Amino acid sequence: MSSKLTTSNRAGWAFAAPGIVLIATFIIVPFFFAFALSLTNQRLISPNPTQYVGLQNYRDMLSLSVLQLAPERDAAGQILRDADGTPSYPRVRDITRNPDFPQYRGMREWFRVHLGDTAHVVIARDVVFMKALVNTVTFVLVVAPVQGGLALILALLVNQKLRGITVFRAVYFMPVVVSIVVVSLLWRFIYSPDGGLLNNLLSGLTFGAFQPVNWLGNPDTALPAIMGMSIWQAVGFHMVIWLSGLQTISPTLYEAAEIEGASKWQTFRYVTWPGLRHTAVLVLIVITMQAFALFAQIDVMTRGGPLDSTQTLVFQAVERGYGKQDISGGATISVVLFLIVLTISLVQRWLTRERA
Amino acid sequence: MADVSLKEIRKSYGAVDVIKGVDIDIKDGEFCVFVGPSGCGKSTLLRMIAGLEDISGGTLSIGGRVVNDITPKERGVGMVFQSYAIFPHMTVRENIAFGLTISGASRAEKDAKVQDAARILQMEHLLDRRPSQLSGGQRQRVAIGRAIVRKPNVFLFDEPLSNLDAALRMDMRMEIGKLHRQLDATMIYVTHDQVEAMTLADKIVVLKEGHVMQIGAPMDLYHNPENLFVAGFLGAPSMNFLTVDVLDVQGQEAKVAHPAMDPVVLNTKGRAIIKGSHAVMGLRPQYLSADGKGAGLVEGKVVVAERLGSETVADLVLRDGTNLMATFSEDRVFTPDQAVALRFDPAAAHLFPPEG
Ligand SMILES: Nc1ncnc2c1ncn2[C@@H]1O[C@H](COP(=O)(O)OP(=O)(O)O)[C@@H](O)[C@H]1O
Ligand SMILES: [Mg+2]
Repeated sequence: MSSKLTTSNRAGWAFAAPGIVLIATFIIVPFFFAFALSLTNQRLISPNPTQYVGLQNYRDMLSLSVLQLAPERDAAGQILRDADGTPSYPRVRDITRNPDFPQYRGMREWFRVHLGDTAHVVIARDVVFMKALVNTVTFVLVVAPVQGGLALILALLVNQKLRGITVFRAVYFMPVVVSIVVVSLLWRFIYSPDGGLLNNLLSGLTFGAFQPVNWLGNPDTALPAIMGMSIWQAVGFHMVIWLSGLQTISPTLYEAAEIEGASKWQTFRYVTWPGLRHTAVLVLIVITMQAFALFAQIDVMTRGGPLDSTQTLVFQAVERGYGKQDISGGATISVVLFLIVLTISLVQRWLTRERA
Repeated sequence: MADVSLKEIRKSYGAVDVIKGVDIDIKDGEFCVFVGPSGCGKSTLLRMIAGLEDISGGTLSIGGRVVNDITPKERGVGMVFQSYAIFPHMTVRENIAFGLTISGASRAEKDAKVQDAARILQMEHLLDRRPSQLSGGQRQRVAIGRAIVRKPNVFLFDEPLSNLDAALRMDMRMEIGKLHRQLDATMIYVTHDQVEAMTLADKIVVLKEGHVMQIGAPMDLYHNPENLFVAGFLGAPSMNFLTVDVLDVQGQEAKVAHPAMDPVVLNTKGRAIIKGSHAVMGLRPQYLSADGKGAGLVEGKVVVAERLGSETVADLVLRDGTNLMATFSEDRVFTPDQAVALRFDPAAAHLFPPEG
């Protein structure tokens, strides 16, 4: 078998070669490079020789600790409160810079939760990375189902036999063929705080009651704004994939369901959805991977701000590797991202496997 | 009561007329077969009865009720498709129970009815299989099961045996005949195969290019075809046609002649046969005999003869070059180029006006 594959199949290998070379050069080799670099302290340009540092980069990025802070008390044991009644706590900085606690050196507060009067402070060595990780995961969790579902609804709509339906298919697909950079620039105008299209539209619809929002400048709205725009931009692509799945379902199955008296919803539930099983797996995996790779929108629209509310893993990888010339740091993020995406794909495949 | 009546039924796709005014009356419990060459509109007609196609003109009633504009379910029809149209992701049991699931039947009711249908179709042992694990014949049984489980008043079959191999087709044909006697329901069956039509039907409707050519019992159509088309369509091998000269017409009797045949007197059955013009004489191959009696005599020689054991089929060429088929219901030996003189009874021959 293997001898047949390697010897008597020259033409086959010849045809496969260009693809193999491209994939190897731009995906496989760089991945091993990234992995190797993540174990060093390599910088983009540096007079010092590169050193092997083991897993130090991973430790620096992933270290987390929880500090439990008791509120400060006065001499009588009463909790000290400020004017509006919130207790005051020791400053985190006093702990992380305290030579008595070398294990907390260099860590910063990420967030805190209060249980009773005790404050549990989560400190991380790399808070920006943690924020990027959370933002990216949030982005995926929102975008994958919403974009996939919306794309399916659009596909069902444009799958009807109506006059001029191709116009709608083309219109929904159009944003996909426009460069994401151009789309991002356009949406910067749409989201603009003064005279932006979205603010004008909302204030028009509410007869002026709507207060203009600085969509990309507000840490609460910046990530949702980018999600909305990203969903809009790629929904047409997934619509086309769903559409191709829909068209593989035999029309006689629909006729059989019609004869048996199935309602529209029952037809979807018993004929359409089961027929889309493989398409659903594909769409879900593709959206998840694309969402994890979120970069261009961030780069053009917010550059991670405001207050790191739109930091993402890929943006951080690029920012570190080239902005801060910290190639090994960027490589480490890439490897972590790779492992996350790999795990998720495997889990998704397992969840959506063909059950016998 | 589920008699089906079509009055002046028409169907057009845009400017193309496919069904051009069809009148058919099917009595309750009757097995009616629509037969005709491919593309004559059989499926279209059946699908209009099913409610899968709009009716462009005319009146369709089932059980005395006009159903032109009501849904398939309300018409109370069940349908079996050529491509089976069973749901690939459901087990046989779920497929058969589909109509019951749709109408929200209880589990116990479904189980009982599925069991019933499976017993009738002898496939109780297949209920938990998936369609991919079934043969073509078994799949078609599942499709029939799905149709019978709801006990519709009218069953519609669109070439249900066309995808099966010859041996299986014969078995299934007999089973469908049996099913009809068992269920005692009205059945409408579409086929292009005249053997299926002859063996199954109580009533045959012969269609050509959207027109009804003749309606009648199988033997009626076989022995008394009203036109050349029906004469040539039913029977295997098909009827021989000789273009003859009309020498004389006396009331219902016409004297005709052919260069390879002695003049004979045939019954015109009131058809427009005109003295001095041409007409077409039709004679089934089975009614020619090598040593029989009869006033008709044709002479020619043998081209090839096929010996089938109990039957011999001879392909002859007559003196003027026309081809003629003859079958003999015994084993006979002919040598190529052997001259033969065959006799026939003029009462078994048909006379039609020339086409067009
Ligand atoms: N959707 C359609 N649009 C236009 N013409 C059609 C359509 N469906 C069927 N026809 C035409 O109607 C005629 C009859 O088709 P059909 O009923 O399927 O024939 P058959 O007797 O082989 O079942 C054919 O000539 C076919 O081309
Ligand atoms: Mg057909």
